[in-house]
Amino acid sequence: MKQLFVFIRKEFYHVFRDRRTLLILFGLPLVQILLFGYALTSEVKNIALVVTNASNDVLGQQLTNQLQASAFFKVQEQQLSPTEIERAFKKGHIKAALIIPSGFGSDFIKARHATLQVLTDGSEPNISKTVLQYVTAIVQDFQRAQQPATSVAFTITPELRMLYNEEGNGSINYVPGVLALILMIVCTALTSVAVVREKETGTMEILLVSPFKPVMVLVAKAIPFLILSLVNFAFILLLAVYILNVPIAGSLFLLFMITLLFIATSLSFGLLISNATNSQQVALLISMMGLMLPTIIFTGFIFPLENMPLPFQWISNLVPAKWYYAAVKSVMLKGLGFAYVWKEMGILCVMTILLLTITVNRFKIRFT
Amino acid sequence: MKRLRFILQKEFRQMFRDRTILAMMFMLPLIQLGILPLAMNLDVKNINLAIVDKDHSTYTQKLISKIGASGYFKIVATAPAYKKALVTLENGTADIILEIPASFERNLVREGSQPLNVTADAINGIKSGIGSAYLLTVIRDFNQEIRLTGNGQSIAAPAMIDMASAAWFNPYEKFTWYIVPGVLVLLLTLVGGFLSALNIVREKEIGTIEQINVTPIKKWQFIVGKLVPFWVVGMIVLTVGLLVARLFYGIIPVGSLLLLYLLAAVYLVALLGFGLLVSTISNNQLQAMFIAFFFIMIFVLMSGLFTSVDSMPTWARSIAAGLPITHFMKAVRMIILKGSSFKDVSSVFIIEGLFAIGLNALAIWNYRKTQ
Amino acid sequence: MDPVINHQPPSPATAETAIECRELTKKFGDFIAVDRISFRVQRCEIFGFLGANGAGKTTAMRMLCGLSYPSSGHATVAGFDVYRQQEKIKQHIGYMSQKFSLYDDLTPLENIKFFGGVYGVAEKEIRERSHDLVRSLGLDREANKLVGGLPLGWKQKLAFAVALFHRPRIVFLDEPTGGVDPVTRRQFWDMIYEAAEKGVTIFVTTHYMDESEYCNRVTIMVDGKIEALDTPANLKHRFACDNMDEVFYRLARTARRSDS
Repeated sequence: MKQLFVFIRKEFYHVFRDRRTLLILFGLPLVQILLFGYALTSEVKNIALVVTNASNDVLGQQLTNQLQASAFFKVQEQQLSPTEIERAFKKGHIKAALIIPSGFGSDFIKARHATLQVLTDGSEPNISKTVLQYVTAIVQDFQRAQQPATSVAFTITPELRMLYNEEGNGSINYVPGVLALILMIVCTALTSVAVVREKETGTMEILLVSPFKPVMVLVAKAIPFLILSLVNFAFILLLAVYILNVPIAGSLFLLFMITLLFIATSLSFGLLISNATNSQQVALLISMMGLMLPTIIFTGFIFPLENMPLPFQWISNLVPAKWYYAAVKSVMLKGLGFAYVWKEMGILCVMTILLLTITVNRFKIRFT
Repeated sequence: MKRLRFILQKEFRQMFRDRTILAMMFMLPLIQLGILPLAMNLDVKNINLAIVDKDHSTYTQKLISKIGASGYFKIVATAPAYKKALVTLENGTADIILEIPASFERNLVREGSQPLNVTADAINGIKSGIGSAYLLTVIRDFNQEIRLTGNGQSIAAPAMIDMASAAWFNPYEKFTWYIVPGVLVLLLTLVGGFLSALNIVREKEIGTIEQINVTPIKKWQFIVGKLVPFWVVGMIVLTVGLLVARLFYGIIPVGSLLLLYLLAAVYLVALLGFGLLVSTISNNQLQAMFIAFFFIMIFVLMSGLFTSVDSMPTWARSIAAGLPITHFMKAVRMIILKGSSFKDVSSVFIIEGLFAIGLNALAIWNYRKTQ
Repeated sequence: MDPVINHQPPSPATAETAIECRELTKKFGDFIAVDRISFRVQRCEIFGFLGANGAGKTTAMRMLCGLSYPSSGHATVAGFDVYRQQEKIKQHIGYMSQKFSLYDDLTPLENIKFFGGVYGVAEKEIRERSHDLVRSLGLDREANKLVGGLPLGWKQKLAFAVALFHRPRIVFLDEPTGGVDPVTRRQFWDMIYEAAEKGVTIFVTTHYMDESEYCNRVTIMVDGKIEALDTPANLKHRFACDNMDEVFYRLARTARRSDS
């Protein structure tokens, strides 16, 4: 036991001496939380909309004013020809144009039927769709407001409720995603590089000829990263709660257990990679390209899984982070209990056992 | 100048002997452009809807079939009570619950107004936002319809405003058209950024940099010698990428190819300057990888690859404006999708040019031949 | 193992100065790596620089090569100041570090061409001389194989040849024969003598004491200071020792620091 302690202390020295890497390990979640939480809003606002009002009547002006009052748009009133609108699109100055034709007001009042034209910049399809939704909603409101009071009958008033995120907090689904990502970096990338570095410098041989059990070498390697991960976990939760105001809706203990399980899975992964490779560069490439990218893509925290082609959805089941993400989302954001996450936890358990068995077997074959 | 030629010759030799780089040059564009645009799909469709219909009237039947016909929604569950429907939201099968109260139709006719409850799982902001907006639009349309065909009541047909709309440059509003040029930029940035960041530091680790530092080579010659081969790799990656975009996704740049290449040429110089700067700062490859990863991640997230820069808060927008990738991303989309001309993107040329000069000057300045 | 060619440096009175140091010092924080060393090396001399690991040999050499700024003191190399004219110094010296530092992924010929080119040797000359050089090193068959696959001894000979290719006035060799077998070491020293005969000043660090006997003069560094500087014969005489090993041992055992 004392030997193990000595060993772990040595590993801590390795980890804490590289200040820059350590700094980045804590800078990374901070920046990610800030960016995801504030900068990468899915909301659409400040959209540059040009209103070309050819009507010169009260109604056209009223509609323009209503658009102007909305926070979604930055309205510029300008008389632009279609070619001028195209030029403005090409310059990237505007995202949408509303054309109010001449005689809009009289058409509406006399003919009881008026037409508006909305042109959007389809090169950004999500914005273009949202803009159309917003303009349509404002125009419909406007239209209703113009009707005589009698026809307000048959009014359905939808009441919208945003569950789990009443304040419409930027994008809280990024928090579990950032957790998964950071834990993956610490446990998998750093762990594998740490072991491979000892192989490269030849110190691994020295450790293995010592009376210390080979498997213990791996355990000692893993422990500093386990602790570093837990510190990072706490750090990210604090950031989420105090900076993003994302409350932890469910049981903190359950969240901790799930995280511990995921750390175990990631560490096993890291040890397996270090076992299979002999150079730091390969270990880095595998863990960065082979694991980071799948983690970002296949957890579904940025891009919805159900939009992906089916084979991708199948592959995603093999990514541990996907299950971790789902479980954390349920517990942390939705406040659900064990009954909702046992399946995810079970899958992570099986993955860990599988990875560890392979690693330990390979390790024995190589060194006994 | 003659020395520079020898340096370039050496760098090119080493590069073309490196299998990893060759693989990256041709495989990465194929893999990334083959997979990412399919995976990075923020297109909101197939919104899963759970319906609690407590009324079961003609109106609710009509409303439900109208929702089904809209093409945006997949009705995944019908539940008798909100509590039951909530389970589908909790376990993720449904995104939105539509609850129609009992005697909806009767009360609507009698009292002239009735509420409807829409509950969205707001954890995913994009889906809940656009999804609920779609649903509200459908409900509003339905509302309009029943007013016109009003139930026996004599209503003067209300005045109508017709909305004619068109999405220019991408009439079907395909998300791939938007994301493919973005992934192309991502690709250039990843390849150029990582390769250059890992290069000089590798010579430091092997020790060959010592042998270079003791020669009378000029600092700028060394940096330029490192930069040019990666620049060529970048241009090849761009070419392969454009081919993939054309063959896989049928995306053919509307604007001038020459303009696109010229802009990429300037951008690459700026990006490689950044990578080489990281390389001169770092002590070992692990560090270089992490520093590069840290910054490239910020670049990618802030660049507007999949979220709009305009919608960001002011502070974030000013950070985004301070990154070369943001301007390049915007300009590439403009050229490929909208056919913007040189005049439209001339400011981007100036900005990227300044970045290129600044970052490379920093890299040269930071590279120390004498400690 | 006696040197094949018995090299004699010019007499001190007539010789030009190749390297001159006065009170040259390098500090890293509180640690004084090189402590006020002073010496003069003549043209064509083979100047040995001895010391235990961590004595400050490499640090001193790096300052003279323009790889590192001195903390204080003065030094000129080939007549150029080490503070202000490092790039001029670099034009006139060759350098071979203790770690093999040619490019593993280039062939011997490509390495020669590259470094020749970087030093500004005319292309025509590179083409003419590089093939002769490869032949004289006995690397004809390996000329187009990657350097990474060569045995260490050949790599070191190649590195030395590269360091000499641009005809520098002074060559700095940092433990050039570390890890090399005795036969190759012998060949290596033949090459050193040959270069010295042609007028190149050799500045070499080593911890093989038998090699120090081949030098015209030897400096022994202990804890950053120069403890002795003379011809091997004079040193043996002064310390009443039979060989340089004993001389070194007597001086070095007072050392307080070593990097091992």
